Amino acid sequence: MILEAVDLVVRYARAKSRALDGVNMRVSDGTLYAVIGPNGSGKSTLMRALLGVIRPESGVARVGGVEISSWTRRALAKAVGAVPQAEPLAFPITVRDFVGMGRYPYLGPLRPEREEDRAAVNEAMDRCDIADLARRDVTTLSGGELQRVRIARALAQEPSALVLDEPTASLDLRHEMTIFRLLRSSADRGMTVLLITHHINLAARFCDRLLLLSAGQVAAEGSAREVFQEDTLADVYRWPVAVREDPVSGAPQVTPRQGPPASSTSSR
Amino acid sequence: MRRPLLALVLPAAAALAVLLSVRLGSVSLTTSEAVSALLGGGDAVHRVILLDLRLPRAILGLLVGGGLALAGAVFQALLRNPLAEPFILGISGGSAAGAVLVLALGLAAAGSALLPLAAFAGALVAILLVFRVAAATDRSLDVRVLLLAGVVVGSFFTAIIALILSLSEARAVRSAVLWMMGSLAGATWVSVGVVAIYTIPAALVLMGLARALNLMAVGEETASYLGTDVERVKRVAYGVASLVTAAGVAFAGIIGFVGLIVPHGIRLLAGPDLRFLLPLSFLAGAAFLTLADLAARLLLAPTEIPIGVITAFVGVPLFLVLLRRSMTG
Repeated sequence: MILEAVDLVVRYARAKSRALDGVNMRVSDGTLYAVIGPNGSGKSTLMRALLGVIRPESGVARVGGVEISSWTRRALAKAVGAVPQAEPLAFPITVRDFVGMGRYPYLGPLRPEREEDRAAVNEAMDRCDIADLARRDVTTLSGGELQRVRIARALAQEPSALVLDEPTASLDLRHEMTIFRLLRSSADRGMTVLLITHHINLAARFCDRLLLLSAGQVAAEGSAREVFQEDTLADVYRWPVAVREDPVSGAPQVTPRQGPPASSTSSR
Repeated sequence: MRRPLLALVLPAAAALAVLLSVRLGSVSLTTSEAVSALLGGGDAVHRVILLDLRLPRAILGLLVGGGLALAGAVFQALLRNPLAEPFILGISGGSAAGAVLVLALGLAAAGSALLPLAAFAGALVAILLVFRVAAATDRSLDVRVLLLAGVVVGSFFTAIIALILSLSEARAVRSAVLWMMGSLAGATWVSVGVVAIYTIPAALVLMGLARALNLMAVGEETASYLGTDVERVKRVAYGVASLVTAAGVAFAGIIGFVGLIVPHGIRLLAGPDLRFLLPLSFLAGAAFLTLADLAARLLLAPTEIPIGVITAFVGVPLFLVLLRRSMTG
């Protein structure tokens, strides 16, 4: 399932500047694709416009070659599973039932769960290693457990593509690695995975391609080696960086330098 | 799990409420007398009392109570606000303004057929006004704006009512105040029929939205990604729950507490999953209001206590006990 943005422009109501300013992107099948960039560079906006939750001012978003406005929400939910950044934590409900919400596009408002729905839910919970949490109340989970449960909910949709907004935010090292490996293996099975993340070094290590956003525009796109140019990164993040090869993975890794004196960091 | 138990107990309670309502009153009947009158036999006077007075009143109680409790549960979910109840979005103000206007102008006396029509029209004006205000800010319906718009429009209608009453004569004021306190006394088969036409299909539609509203409790963006047409669900939930409320208010006045307390009580007993909360709230509201009406008729007979007083006097302590028990676990 190819995810595509063509000259996408988004402006929020009453905002002076554009949140997205002519973004082009193409994520092909079986690719693990990362969108990186500073806070406020338009990463989450790109996800929302791509999946039709907000309407662009101009430009086109396509999923599977079909314009996003032509999809019904239910058909889209069968094709693309998505995990947004923040969710107001739901009411007390078991992990099993929470993951079961991923079957809504198949069941609609009334139909009871069938064998294939239960199988999809179990498979998703196994893949995210949360089968032993099935009877727990979601409001009692730790941050790492909750993220895996939310990803399992998206996998229960049995989608061909997965879009995630900072799934590893505020997780510890082990949980970061678990989630990146899960996404890598999903892409290796042929799923299209679009990931928004601030963990740029893990993105460089695990992802096939990266897109660097800066103030709503694409600053760089390509493999980690192509995107990780010291000058470009320093300019976009407004902080001097060094790029070195990581001795463990061989991937390029970014290290922030000591930086300019504190007084000169507040303005450009 | 208390859900299966509630699913058995609540319909039985509703049936018992109807049986007691048709039996008890200034002329009390035994169960066998009541049943034979219902089947068209027995004493002719009993038949008139039962079929023309008590039975429509009991059934109106079921429909209005169920509708208010269901609408309250839907508004609490839609607005994500535990203080939400069917009247929070200005429907009470609109319908009362309509009713008070025709009473003050002398166009209708208490019990006139024009009164429910005016109240319903007032409610519709309030619903449309609130919707226009909330939807005008953006193409999408922001529930926070909806809540604010509802409260503000309600206040505006309250001011209109105050103005009309201050210019009215004492008799009209008394009729208006009594109407605003709510009563099932005007029940006829016509009112039962009209309320049923609104309430029964609406209840089915709202219960059908339970899963989608559950998803929206996790967040509107998430609900979209899970296949929900969020804007449509919000509009349908708001419109249909409002119409149920408006139909109830038109024929029974403003009966408070049912739409607030019943959904909370059921939530404490059966959990917040709307697939269970919505139908159980309907059943509980139906039984509760019918029993409250019976108490309103009997306690100080022959004087009738306003039904809103009973729902508050019984509902509040009952709710506090449930709340207390749920906190101690």
